[in-house]
Amino acid sequence: MGIDTDLGRTGGLRGFLGRIKDGILAEFKAWRTVDIVVAAVIGAAVGVVFWLWGVVWTITGPLFVLFPPAQAILYGVWLLPGVLGGLIIRRSGAAVLTSITAASVSALLGSQWGITVVLEGAMQGLLPELVFLLFLYRRWGMGVAALAGAAAAISPAIRDAVVYYATWPLSHQLVYGVLVLISSALIAGVGGRLLTTALARSGALAPFPSAKG
Amino acid sequence: MSTGPRLTGLNPAAKLIAALGIGIALVPAVDVVTGGIVLAAVLLCVPFSGVDRRTLLILTGPFLLMGLSSATVNYLYGEQGLEGAIGVAVRLLAIALPGLLAAITSDPTDMADGLVQRLKVPERPAMGVLAALRLIPLLADQWRTITLARRARGLEAGYNPLSVVRLFFGRLFALLVRSIRIGTLLATAMDARAFGTGPRTHARVSRWRAADTLLLIGAALLLVVAYTTSARLGTLVLLFS
Amino acid sequence: MAVPNARGARVELSGWGWKHAGRAAHALRGVDLVVEPGERVLLLGASGAGKSTLLHALAGLTGPDSAIGGDQEGMLRVDGEPASRGRGGVGLVAQDPEAQLVMARAGDDVAFGLENLGVARGEIWPRVERALAEVGFPYGLRHSTGALSGGEKQRLVIAGALAMRPRLLLLDEPTANLDPVGAALVRDLLARLLVESEATLVLVEHRVADVMDLVDRVVVVEPGGGVIADGAPAKVFAEHGRSLAEQGVWVPGEEPAPNPSPAPGGAPVLAAEGVIARTPFQLGVRAAPARTVLEDVDLTVSAGTVTALTGPNGAGKSTLLTLLAGLSKPHRGRVVPCGPLAEVDRRPLARWPARRLARHVGTVFQHAEDQFVTAEVRDELRFAPLRAGLGEAEIESRVGELMERLRLTHLAHVHPYTLSGGEKRRLSVATALSSGPAHAPDVLALDEPTFGQDTRTWAELVELLADLRTQGRAITMATHDRLLLRNLTDVRVRVADGRAVPVAAGRADEEDV
Repeated sequence: MGIDTDLGRTGGLRGFLGRIKDGILAEFKAWRTVDIVVAAVIGAAVGVVFWLWGVVWTITGPLFVLFPPAQAILYGVWLLPGVLGGLIIRRSGAAVLTSITAASVSALLGSQWGITVVLEGAMQGLLPELVFLLFLYRRWGMGVAALAGAAAAISPAIRDAVVYYATWPLSHQLVYGVLVLISSALIAGVGGRLLTTALARSGALAPFPSAKG
Repeated sequence: MSTGPRLTGLNPAAKLIAALGIGIALVPAVDVVTGGIVLAAVLLCVPFSGVDRRTLLILTGPFLLMGLSSATVNYLYGEQGLEGAIGVAVRLLAIALPGLLAAITSDPTDMADGLVQRLKVPERPAMGVLAALRLIPLLADQWRTITLARRARGLEAGYNPLSVVRLFFGRLFALLVRSIRIGTLLATAMDARAFGTGPRTHARVSRWRAADTLLLIGAALLLVVAYTTSARLGTLVLLFS
Repeated sequence: MAVPNARGARVELSGWGWKHAGRAAHALRGVDLVVEPGERVLLLGASGAGKSTLLHALAGLTGPDSAIGGDQEGMLRVDGEPASRGRGGVGLVAQDPEAQLVMARAGDDVAFGLENLGVARGEIWPRVERALAEVGFPYGLRHSTGALSGGEKQRLVIAGALAMRPRLLLLDEPTANLDPVGAALVRDLLARLLVESEATLVLVEHRVADVMDLVDRVVVVEPGGGVIADGAPAKVFAEHGRSLAEQGVWVPGEEPAPNPSPAPGGAPVLAAEGVIARTPFQLGVRAAPARTVLEDVDLTVSAGTVTALTGPNGAGKSTLLTLLAGLSKPHRGRVVPCGPLAEVDRRPLARWPARRLARHVGTVFQHAEDQFVTAEVRDELRFAPLRAGLGEAEIESRVGELMERLRLTHLAHVHPYTLSGGEKRRLSVATALSSGPAHAPDVLALDEPTFGQDTRTWAELVELLADLRTQGRAITMATHDRLLLRNLTDVRVRVADGRAVPVAAGRADEEDV
C-alpha cells in the first residue's frame, strides 16, 4: 500500500539515501490506524505466549546452566515478534513497534528485567527493521526473512556475551553467538515467514499487502 | 531517594530514564564492588517503592534464580573463577533491579502519558501499544482455549520435540489469526472515534515534579559514587580488560 | 444524548455501491436511500448483504486509509458532505465490546474520542461524566474496563460514542455478543436514550424482535444489490417477513419451529463427582489469586439425552463443560466415564490421552475457529479418521457423508478460517462428529452452539443434534438460547453461585437464562 510505488525505481546509493530521508518520514505519517494497532496486538499476543513460556523458561533455566548451547538453540523463538511484525504489516517501523509491544507485555506482567526488556525489544525490532530497509521494504521472501531473523539475534548475542557470560573466553562467546544467530534465522526468520504465509491463506491479513502471501 | 516520595508516585518517564541509565552505565564494570554499591543502594529503595509484599515476593524467586544461574554458568565456563562469577551476577542484578522497580511501580496508562507528553514519543504508536496491552487478559484466555481445543481434536504434544514445536506453532498461528482480527476491529473502533484525524488534546496531564528531577540526579550520583569508590579501592574491573 | 445541538443528520445515498478489495462481486450496489434527520432505521438483509459495510461507509471508515479497502461507486452524503471520520458527528457501536474499548480505565476510555477531536481538557471531563451518567454507568471514572461485564462494557462503548455528540448514531448488532442479561441492559439503555435524543439512527440487528420498539422504519437490502423493501416495520414484515425468515433473519412470528423426534434416554455415560473448579492461572505478578467457580458439583450426563447448562456468564458453565468433556482437570474431584464408556478407559476423563478422548467425546467450541487445525475444509474432516488409522476408502466415504450432511461439499477446498459464521459453525460440529468411531462420538459437548447463528443454521443444528440424540448419543451444551432450551432440552441444569442445580422441566421457559 503505497510502499512500493515509484520510490523503488530510483536506483543506486543516492536513491537509497533519498528513500531513507523522505520515505521514512512520509511513511510514518502514512501509517493507518490498523497498521499500528495490528502490529501492537501481534506483539501483545506473542508477548503473552512468551510470558507464559518465560515461566517455564525460568524454571528450566538452571538446567541449561550445565549446557548453555542448548539455550542458544531455542533462543530464536524470542526474536519472532520483530520479524513477524515486519513481514505482516510491511511498513517501515512495524518490526520495531511489534517487538517493543511484545517486550512491554513482559515488563507489564512482571519480569526480572523489568522495564529494561523494552530497550531490548527495541533493539530486537530495529535490527530486522534495518534488513527490511536494506531491501527497501520491497522484498519479503524467505531469504530476507531469515536474514532479518539472524539480524535480530545480534542484539541478544552481544548482550548475553557482555552481561551474562562476561567472564567466558571469547571462543565460547563466539560459539554461543553463532548458535543464537542460526537459531533465530531458522525459528524467527523461516518460522516467521511460514507463519505469515499461513496467516495470509487464512484470510486474516486482508487489510495488509501481505494478504497476497 | 529513600527519603523522597514513593516510587509509585513518580513520573514513569523519569523512572524509565533512571532505570535505563543505570542499566546501561553499569555494563562496562564487571567487578563486585561497582555493581554491589548500586545493587545495595537500589535494594534500600525497595521498602519505599510502594509495591505490595506479595508482588515483591513473587518476583524475588526468578530474580535471585537469574543471579544464581549467571554466577554458576560463569563459574563453570568462565576464566575468572568464583570472584569473577559473583561479580558478573551482582552486576546483572544491579542492572535488572532498577528496571524491575520502574516496571512494577508504573501504570501503563501513566507510562504512555509520560512518554508522549514528557519524552515526545510519537503519540499514535504509543496509543496503539497501550490499546494492545489492554487485550492481554483476552489473549491469555484465547491461548488457553486454543490449548483445550487442540486436546479436543486429539492433539497432544507428548514427548516428541518435533511435535512439540509443530503444536506450538499451530497454536501460535490460531492465536495470531484471532489477534489480527481483534486488532482490525479495534483499529476500526478507534478510527470511528476519530483517532489520528488531527492533533490530539490530553485528558490527563503527565506532571514532572521536583522529585522526578531528583530521581535522575540521584541515579547519576549513585553511578558516580559506585565507579569512583571501586576505582579508589582499586577493585574496578572493566569489560574486556 | 440530551445535548442541545444534537439535531439529527440527514443521510443520502444514490446509486451507491461497494466492492471489497480482492473480491469479484459487489457487497452492495445501486443503493438509493434517504434517511431524514431523527429517523430510526433498522437495516436488514441476509448475512453477507453488506449491511456492516454500509454502516462503516457512513462513518467514513472505508477507503485507502482505513482497514476496509475497496472500490466505492455512486454517492454517499451525510448532511450533504462525503462521510468523514474526522468531524465526530457520527458515532458507531459494533458487536464486540472487547474490541472497542481502548483504555484501561472507564473515564479515560470515554475521553479517548474527545482527545482525538481536540476538545480542550477543561471541557473533556464534564462531557465524560455526562456521557457516563447518560448510560447509567454505575462505577467511577477510574474503574478498570477489564473488570466490567459484557453488558457494562457495551454501555461504556456507547458512552464513548455519545460523548462525541453524534448526530448520526450507527449501531451494528450492539447486543450480538452479549448474554441475555447484558443484551437487556443495552436494549433498555438504547430505548431510553432514543426517547431523549434527536440523533438519526441506523441499526443493524438480526434478532428483529429485540429492537422492534426502537425503530420507525425498516430498510431491507439484498446481497450484491440495493434496497428491496423500505417502509414502516409492520408493512415491511407483512410483505417480506417470510422471505426474510427464509434468508435467515429472525423475524417475529417467523421463528423456526423444529419438530425433533423424542429423546430415547439412556444410562449415564459421564459423572462429575465432587468437582471443584477454580479460575485459571492469571497472568502477571499482580494478578488476583485464583477464585473458586464451582464448588462441589455432582452431575451425570446420560445417553440419548440433551443436558443443557444454563446460568449467567462467568458463573462457570463453560468451565463445567470443559471438565465434562475431559479437556481440563478439576481442582478437586473428578469426571469419570460410566457404563460402556468406562469399558474404554476407567480413568477419569482428564487423564485420557487426547486421541482416545477425541474418539469418544467431541467438543464444539463457542468460537468455531479455535478448533480448526488444518488449512482446508476437507482436511479438517479427514484429520480425525486419518489419525484413527482408518482406510482411505472409509475416510473418503465418511468425509463425503459429513460434508453432504452439513452442506459443506461445495466448500471442500476452502480455508476453514475464510468461511462465513454459519459455515464455520457447521464445520466445527462436523469435525467433532468426524472423530467418533461410528460417525459420531458417544458424548458431544457444545458451548453456545447456536450463538449468533441465523435461522437456517439454527434449524439445521437442532435437527442434527436431535438425530444424534435419537441414535443414543449424550449431548451436553452450555447455552442462553431460550428457543433451543424449549425445543431440544431434556435435562436443564442451572449453573450459578458455584453450584449446578437441576431445574424442574415445567418452569424452564420462564426463568431467566
